Amino acid sequence: MTFFLQMLITGVVVGSIYSLVALGFVLIYKASDALNFANGEFVLIGSYICLTLVAVYKIPFLIAFVLTLVFNALLGMAVEKVVLRPLTNAPVISVIMATIGLASLLGGIVHMIWGHQTKSFPPIFSSELIRIGDIIISPIYMWSFIIVMILLAIFTLFFKFSKMGLAMRAVADDQMAALSMGISVKSVYAITWGIAALVAAVGGILLGNINGVDASMTVIGLTVLPVVILGGLDSIPGAIVGGFIIGILQSLSVGYLQPIIGGGIKEVIPFIVVIIILMIKPYGLFGKGGIERV
Amino acid sequence: MKNPFVMECGNYKTSYSKDMELFRVRRVKIRMLIIVILLFLFPLFASNYVIGLATLCAIAVIGAIGLNILTGFTGQISVGVGAFLAVGGYTSAIFTTTYGLSFWISLPLAGLITAIIGGMFGIPSLRLKGLYLAIATLAAQVIILWIISSWSVTGGGAGMVLERPAIGGFSFYDQNSYYYLCLIVAVFTTIYALNLFRTRTGRAFLAVRDRDVAAQIMGINLFSYKVMSFAISSFIVGIAGALLAHYTMIVTVELYSIQVSIQYLAMILIGGLGSVFGAILGAVFITLLPVGLGYMVEYLTIFIPDAHSLLSSFREVVFGLVIILFLIFEPGGLVHIWNNIKNYFRLWPFSTKE
Repeated sequence: MTFFLQMLITGVVVGSIYSLVALGFVLIYKASDALNFANGEFVLIGSYICLTLVAVYKIPFLIAFVLTLVFNALLGMAVEKVVLRPLTNAPVISVIMATIGLASLLGGIVHMIWGHQTKSFPPIFSSELIRIGDIIISPIYMWSFIIVMILLAIFTLFFKFSKMGLAMRAVADDQMAALSMGISVKSVYAITWGIAALVAAVGGILLGNINGVDASMTVIGLTVLPVVILGGLDSIPGAIVGGFIIGILQSLSVGYLQPIIGGGIKEVIPFIVVIIILMIKPYGLFGKGGIERV
Repeated sequence: MKNPFVMECGNYKTSYSKDMELFRVRRVKIRMLIIVILLFLFPLFASNYVIGLATLCAIAVIGAIGLNILTGFTGQISVGVGAFLAVGGYTSAIFTTTYGLSFWISLPLAGLITAIIGGMFGIPSLRLKGLYLAIATLAAQVIILWIISSWSVTGGGAGMVLERPAIGGFSFYDQNSYYYLCLIVAVFTTIYALNLFRTRTGRAFLAVRDRDVAAQIMGINLFSYKVMSFAISSFIVGIAGALLAHYTMIVTVELYSIQVSIQYLAMILIGGLGSVFGAILGAVFITLLPVGLGYMVEYLTIFIPDAHSLLSSFREVVFGLVIILFLIFEPGGLVHIWNNIKNYFRLWPFSTKE
């Protein structure tokens, strides 16, 4: 039972970070009908920038954290302006390929600057383990979970009550109608990409603190794709629920299936689940299916 | 003087079958024959290294045409080509090495088995579209590679070693003969693909791509044509995979990563979606791109001594940049550039800029 709970809690924590990164995907999809395959690179860049600020320039962690968020948000907006803006109304495959090309481009630049070695964050959170009964939680895990929960709450409120959040929802719903109500769709797109990149940076910094920073972090971009699809591409609650489901499933499969089947199950299980779910619900658990007319 | 590029004057078509001919003008037919003959003669003058590159190009052409049938002509996005290449390669490896079958039997078998697996992963395509389908094929890639790497028959992570094929006493061991083998398969694939889109099936594929709901209303059975498109495309990709495996003479999971799938997608996008000729151009372009970059870095080392250490990152950057620039500035791909040049000369000297 202790083992199960331990695995469950690990899954919940990892899942919360998945939810956060998945949120970035969903935001971009809702606003501009594109799936950002370069999200993994945004995560990577965020963690490298923060690491450099903390380790090389000796800036206090909180300030470095904020600076990284600002940088990533600007990067996201720049990417939208340079790469995605000219592709408005292009077919799906062009947009997919453009973000894949972007991933390759950003990945190459990151390798040029920071090389391929794994680097680790200087300890920021205390390393004293927290014990609840027989279950052990590392403080990094707990803090990650708390930060993610706060962020998710902020975003929920942002979409419900702020003017920009409303504008974004309007654009996602119907671009034409939003335009005619005086909403600048262009600036909404730019801000959406900015927020998505910012959210990815938070995920990157948290993951970097847990596992260390290296190029393999971009894998999260691929791992999170099933999360997004599972919840439904256009559903924010879907991204959050999907993140937890995939995180818990991965953790449990590492605990119970890996000894039987062997390594690698962690990367595959999300995709198997997604294929099964898509067969039953083609638009994910919470996604909305469109009506097609000739 | 007669303009050598002008060719349409005086060609009258008197029947439907003439209008649907593969080569509508006799000169095009002759030109194609000359190009093919040149391709066959060129190993006589080239070094082994160049022939090796040409072989890789020929294999890439086969795979790219296969993918273009699915993605370019039928509109079903597939991010899982790498895995289907792997299925082809491993099937041939298992049949020739483990069961001692002849290459000439295992090659079509590799195609068939890839077609069956591809068709299976094509079944969801009836309900999934666009991004959801892309992720489903990505799932195929991850799942297939995982099965290969954890199954004992495939040698797991260590991979398998293969032989070059032989017929009678003659072995295709040296570069030249293997190049000819790949070239012949590539030529046949091209002819097959060109002909496919003059048939009922091919036209149904196009209809599915353009508007699948409308196609269904017109009586096209979406399910069977979509699965058929997956199967045909996977068959060709499987053949390419088997040829590649016998060329490299080793198969490991790393050879078929997601990067390979992305490269094949880049080939058909940069070449031109929905064009057989475009797939050929794109395949050659993407195959030769790293080689060209290698030479460039060689040159750069004169100025930057440690340029070599940056080569792999540099490749990634240029690859990404090429894709983005093509998508923004020439979405029609290389084949569109080629047609523009041709049209310019067709009207020359009357064509002017502006």
